[in-house]
Amino acid sequence: MHTIPRRSALLGLTAVVTAGGASMALAAAPTERRFIVVILRGAMDGLSVVVPHGDPDLMTLRPGLVPPAVGMPDGLLDLGGGFALHPAMTGCHAMFQAHELAPVHAVAGNYRVRSHFEAQDFLESGADHRMTSGWLNRVAGVLPAVPAGRPMVQTPSPRGVPGPTLTQVSTPGPRGDDGLSHAIAIGNSVPLLLRGPIPVANWAPHGGGEPNQDLFRTILALNQKDALMGPAIAAGLRDRGFGDEATRDGPKDGTRFGFPGLARAAGEMLKAPGGPRLAAFELGGWDTHTAQMGRLNGPLKALDAGLLALKTEMGETWRQTAVLVMTEFGRTARMNGTNGTDHGTATVAFVAGGAVAGGRVVANWPGLKPGQLFENRDLAPTTDLRAVAKGILAGHFGLNPAALARVFPGAETLQPVNGLIRAA
Amino acid sequence: MDLKPAHALIRFGLGRAGTEPPPADPTAWLLNQLRAPDFPWPGPVPSTVEGLAADRFDRENKDMPGPKRARQLFEAQAASAMARAVATKTPFRERLVWFWTNHFTVSLRRGEITSVAAAFVQEAIRPHVTGRFQDMLIAVMRHPAMILYLDNQNSVGPTSKAGGNGKRGLNENLARECMELHTVTPASGYTQADVTSFARILTGWSVEGKTDPLGFVFRPNIHEPGEHTLMGRTFPEGEQGGLQALAFLAAHPATHRHLATKLVTHFTADKPSPAAVKTIEAILRDTNGDLGAAAAGLVRLPEAWTPATKVRAPQDLMVATFRALEAPADPPPPWIGILNTLGQPLWNAPAPNGWSDQAADWTSPESMMRRIDWAFGVAGRTTNRDAAMIADAALGPLLKIDTLQAMARAASRREAMTLLLTSPEFQRR
Repeated sequence: MHTIPRRSALLGLTAVVTAGGASMALAAAPTERRFIVVILRGAMDGLSVVVPHGDPDLMTLRPGLVPPAVGMPDGLLDLGGGFALHPAMTGCHAMFQAHELAPVHAVAGNYRVRSHFEAQDFLESGADHRMTSGWLNRVAGVLPAVPAGRPMVQTPSPRGVPGPTLTQVSTPGPRGDDGLSHAIAIGNSVPLLLRGPIPVANWAPHGGGEPNQDLFRTILALNQKDALMGPAIAAGLRDRGFGDEATRDGPKDGTRFGFPGLARAAGEMLKAPGGPRLAAFELGGWDTHTAQMGRLNGPLKALDAGLLALKTEMGETWRQTAVLVMTEFGRTARMNGTNGTDHGTATVAFVAGGAVAGGRVVANWPGLKPGQLFENRDLAPTTDLRAVAKGILAGHFGLNPAALARVFPGAETLQPVNGLIRAA
Repeated sequence: MDLKPAHALIRFGLGRAGTEPPPADPTAWLLNQLRAPDFPWPGPVPSTVEGLAADRFDRENKDMPGPKRARQLFEAQAASAMARAVATKTPFRERLVWFWTNHFTVSLRRGEITSVAAAFVQEAIRPHVTGRFQDMLIAVMRHPAMILYLDNQNSVGPTSKAGGNGKRGLNENLARECMELHTVTPASGYTQADVTSFARILTGWSVEGKTDPLGFVFRPNIHEPGEHTLMGRTFPEGEQGGLQALAFLAAHPATHRHLATKLVTHFTADKPSPAAVKTIEAILRDTNGDLGAAAAGLVRLPEAWTPATKVRAPQDLMVATFRALEAPADPPPPWIGILNTLGQPLWNAPAPNGWSDQAADWTSPESMMRRIDWAFGVAGRTTNRDAAMIADAALGPLLKIDTLQAMARAASRREAMTLLLTSPEFQRR
């Protein structure tokens, strides 16, 4: 494997690499480092996913929402320091043990809204208001441009995933003739996170995936009174493996969400020498207002399988990859009246990848006593999600404070979380 | 928006387009469409000559790589037809075009139809949706698409000059379907002898596909000589015999009953009230088959104003969705693929009886799952839109509070839009 001096790669000075045909391909890309953002829409309950089992107040707040203890059958997976991973996330636990995964806890954006729509807009804008561009698009804007003449994305259609290689490729934007994109949105549309002046590619598997279990459940409920459509949808869900209790049990197979397939496709495109370097895709199903213990299994298994599929597919290039998994906000610290949780504030984010200095939980733990909770209700935020993103961008791409200020306008004084990325 | 305008836009039209002003007087809005010309459409005007020329080119250039001209023509015309339905300001007229196109089904299941299906709608259906049924019937039966679809170009009078003393013979397909599906129906009590006789009458109605001028042609050399009796009437030899027989079938009381039943089923309920059917039947009888008068009669039926008794068929659902979203025309949605996925490929019904107009036939478990998947896909491309505003604009008072609340609680804009598009009130008309 050819190694480029990291600093030159960061600056796009890849011309210093002179040896062999392989390096020519490498020289075409401004950087060999990959950055992927996974958006978890619906607000993932951080306290259920990275469980602070060492906090004495946890069981008081949510006795019905804590999985069996570490070492028990289907028990929590220990992360040390009083934290443990949800039992469904065995793949991520192995990644953690391999120092490739760092959960960041008690994290939140700088906004304090509890509306999914608004919060997702802010999460993706990287600001406390909705902007016309997303912060990952602005990252593409501060990375060195792809040299003119290089095809934007040279990868074939990912195997096993039918559909066109690219459903749409925007035309080069205002950056000029060298402004080709190295960013791709995987999924049906380009999320706000990647929208903006820099053109991005978009790839979707044929058919565009299917709704998550929660959404199916609501669709079924709204159609229940329709004598024809209600029973038909219930039967259709059973046919797709949702079991008789389509309203409660998840699909039998946690990978039915289609997310691992998306992740595999992303990995295949990103690992290509001429492929994109920034990517975003998303996974829903996190809005667990009721019966949360059972309903988190499906999305968590899908997330776990997806991150594992991404790592497997990327092979060698995983070493040069960082992934940020983020959600718009967390959920209430206390269990609600329907064995679920309502919209909250701080939650957990994951930083994963071969380039990540993982194997530890990054947290300035606020505590769970009533006085420590945000508005006596939610896990209090102690880390700004933008500081996490800044830390990744600084460590991974070497972005300087000026570049980071362009990515996150209004957050110039916010210091990056250091040490998330391994020293090269 | 009040209930009646919403209902007029959805039941009689093709769904409200964005926030277009709802009709102040819904009845007048509908009746005016019956008197007004079609919404002007800048798209290409399909023509039979062009279609048959494309077929001829494809036959003469079999080895040319790439898609056939007929297929290219079809794809452009199909896209134009669906874009027109999304854009039209006379959606009641367009729904009538759809209705009569389905009544007189021609289907791409027969490949020969590919190049002329759009021309069939343009030339045989569209000019007559508010005209006389007899004129539409004759235009349909003389159209190359129908003749090719139901094999009449191969029907040879056994004792005609080309018949070779019975070596070549009749093909009853067009005659039978015309009687069974398009006009009098078996309820009229016709016999096999009537079908055979009508087939003889129609011999010679053929298609010239080789030499110009391309199009319908009457071929005397394959026409069965002599007078022929159909349902007790005698018709003369020659092309005139066919025209007279069609005029007779068009004016038959059983035809009026059949057409009235289908129209009332489409515009009121899967199981229409006999009184409503009688009303429309009487209009057809008293006006000598005036389809505009029948359509006006539908608007005046009290039964036509009961909301949401019908289920939107896939083509209806697709067009209503894009109208509601005011989807940009460029790039065009993949119309053909969407309709294939949703189970109603354009101009491609399985059989000459066309697509079902019964809700139960469009709501199988797999059909519903495909609708949901598609809605989810569409919603994924509209994440910068406010689903609640679109819901209010598209459905007005038909929007249920449960749906609106579920949309407000949805976990993302995409999920909110999916809930709107899969709600029972959006699926029904």
